[in-house]
Amino acid sequence: MSKEPVAVTGIGQTHHVAARRDVSIAGLVREAAGRALEDAQSTWADIDAVVIGKAPDFFEGVMMPELYLADALGAVGKPMLRVHTAGSVGGSTALVAANLVAARVHRTVLTLAFEKQSESNAMWGLSLPIPFQQPLLAGAGGFFAPHIRAYMRRAGAPDTIGSLVAYKDRRNALKNPYAHLHETGLTLEKVQSSPMLWDPVRYSETCPSSDGACAMILTDRTGAARAPHPPAWVHGGAMRSEPTLFAGKDFVSPQAGKDCAADVYRQAGITDPRREIDAVEMYVPFSWYEPMWLENLGFAEEGEGWKLTESGVTELDGDLPVNPSGGVLSTNPIGASGMLRFAEAALQVRGRAGAHQVDGARRALGHAYGGGAQFFSMWLVGAEPPAV
Amino acid sequence: MPGPSTGSTGPSTGPLREVAIVAFGQSDHVRSSAETSEVEMLMPVLHDVLSRTGLKAGDIDFTCSGSSDYLAGRAFSFTMALDGVGAWPPISESHVEMDGAWALYEAWVTLLTGEAETALVYAYGKSSPGDLREVLTRQLDPYYLAPLWPDSVALAALQAQALIDAGLTDERALAGIATRSRTAAEVNPHAQLRGAVPAGDHLVAPLRTGDCPPIGDGAAAVVLAAGDTARRLCDRPAWIRGLDHRIEAHALGVRDLTDSPSTRLAAERAGYFARPVDTAELHAPFTSQEVVLRRALALDGPDAAGVRINPSGGALAANPVMAAGLIRLGEAAARIQRGESDRALAHATSGPCLQQNLVAVLEGEAR
Repeated sequence: MSKEPVAVTGIGQTHHVAARRDVSIAGLVREAAGRALEDAQSTWADIDAVVIGKAPDFFEGVMMPELYLADALGAVGKPMLRVHTAGSVGGSTALVAANLVAARVHRTVLTLAFEKQSESNAMWGLSLPIPFQQPLLAGAGGFFAPHIRAYMRRAGAPDTIGSLVAYKDRRNALKNPYAHLHETGLTLEKVQSSPMLWDPVRYSETCPSSDGACAMILTDRTGAARAPHPPAWVHGGAMRSEPTLFAGKDFVSPQAGKDCAADVYRQAGITDPRREIDAVEMYVPFSWYEPMWLENLGFAEEGEGWKLTESGVTELDGDLPVNPSGGVLSTNPIGASGMLRFAEAALQVRGRAGAHQVDGARRALGHAYGGGAQFFSMWLVGAEPPAV
Repeated sequence: MPGPSTGSTGPSTGPLREVAIVAFGQSDHVRSSAETSEVEMLMPVLHDVLSRTGLKAGDIDFTCSGSSDYLAGRAFSFTMALDGVGAWPPISESHVEMDGAWALYEAWVTLLTGEAETALVYAYGKSSPGDLREVLTRQLDPYYLAPLWPDSVALAALQAQALIDAGLTDERALAGIATRSRTAAEVNPHAQLRGAVPAGDHLVAPLRTGDCPPIGDGAAAVVLAAGDTARRLCDRPAWIRGLDHRIEAHALGVRDLTDSPSTRLAAERAGYFARPVDTAELHAPFTSQEVVLRRALALDGPDAAGVRINPSGGALAANPVMAAGLIRLGEAAARIQRGESDRALAHATSGPCLQQNLVAVLEGEAR
């Protein structure tokens, strides 16, 4: 049985900011969906189904908000599915939507992910304690900082690597009009002298808290043939999960991340990711996760990821640009952050990434993770249709 | 055909792959399970459903679950349940913040792509930690409606009154639905309410306590398999001949609460109207909602005289939120596996007043 090839023909996102007080949640998602439809030169009537994702409902204080958003997303009379896989959700949501097309259940699907964090308090939403379970009251930074320390010790990485990533991503964000943070006066020295939040993670090495949404139009071969702009083609996609806490867990390089990447590369026929992939949008909420994920995703040998970062390989004009959009470090509407990685990878191979376009990008990886480095989702997109 | 336009239609090419429900398990549904965690409630159900197929967690190609953080009162509550599944070595896994019936839908689609041969689907909900009627108000429009705190029983009562005003039912007929359901549940060892349950006083007129579902905690799981794998794992697989779901507008004022066009459309797309069924498992938490669903599914006419409606007792006998829809699919499949049904309809709902509806058509091979 052969799957239907899946094409990305429309991409839309909002301008991300700390608080979009001018729109409701419904207004926010409709803005991104409208831009995706415009990109694909499609109308609401072309959409057969809607797949929506976001991180915990406590972030806005609305239980199962897809019910209320059905009208705003033109879903009335259509199937609407709501995915929630923690921080990886934006990627998982896109993959569920892609499967609907690949399985030939629907021809054209709108997929969208959002977070309007200003409606509530994300730190508090992450920290609701219940009896007999360890509450992570320190938020995400407190959870991940010890694992970064473990990486630094294991890899022998110098203290300066994290600041290089933050400085690079924030400079890339200056070229992305949709990015939340546009820090025009930022210098490496300013990053390195910013306050320490969770040692070794400094303020400038931490993702912001954003309002925003991202949408994509996924369609089959027939839909792709009608698209006004070059589509991105899905060459591989996978999800993997492992438990949050157990004695054998490697928090520095989780097995689920390695397995997920290996599955994607197998589907896409990639044998040497470092040479065959032109751009990477990876989920880096704290700067040190760039070298960590470079190793986990097979772009560098164990203990060598920080050397790619240090030597400039991951810069926008480097040999393997990582997060040309500015990444999660510059824009973090949590539930949408994973889909933004998937969408930015697709923009790159469509040649439509504007000022942060990587020259000649033909194959790009989108990556997301969530939970306690527990959930992973990834896709690889290309400028050419996959070989049948 | 009622209902709004659905855009371009249908699969582009190719036959859909054969997929079946090969095993179903559920917990006993109880008013409170304060002494057990969500994981502890779920674990026996997972063991039960896997043992029925002889599969281990590591043999399953894809896992998908349905639950809601708001019941647990904690963000990411589903991440703990995954630890109970035994996700090591890592598994291919996903989660919907919906009733488990939609997790089954996602798993079904994954099997259709050919990327998986088997799938484990589970769902659970513990309503006991909070006040469910108040919790469900958080599902409403957050700017205009939720701040008024209209609770789920009050909204269902609006729907019931609309039906009575339209001359489509009365309180006596509603009481009859409750009696039939709870009598049927006498043979269901997992049900929370069974046997003679008095109609009781009005909870929110015109709904009496007997018209409303019990509030309870519970879990359910199914195993799906494709083609010959399904035949190998089960003597009589319940083949999914069609599966579709549709959503309606959220605002109650823009919907005709006496009708369910989304159910009718999903049923049409699932192929339900092509041939008669002998069993219908309807997810109608309130007696009045069964009236709406029977109208949408043409289950009131003479043609439907032979259809057994909710032989499990339905959601009036046990309604663990987030699992009750998956249980309808499981109960219908179990009847096929036991040889008590050849073609069954299973229905799940979500949202206030039947806003979102899923319909599956299940068949057993000729005996």
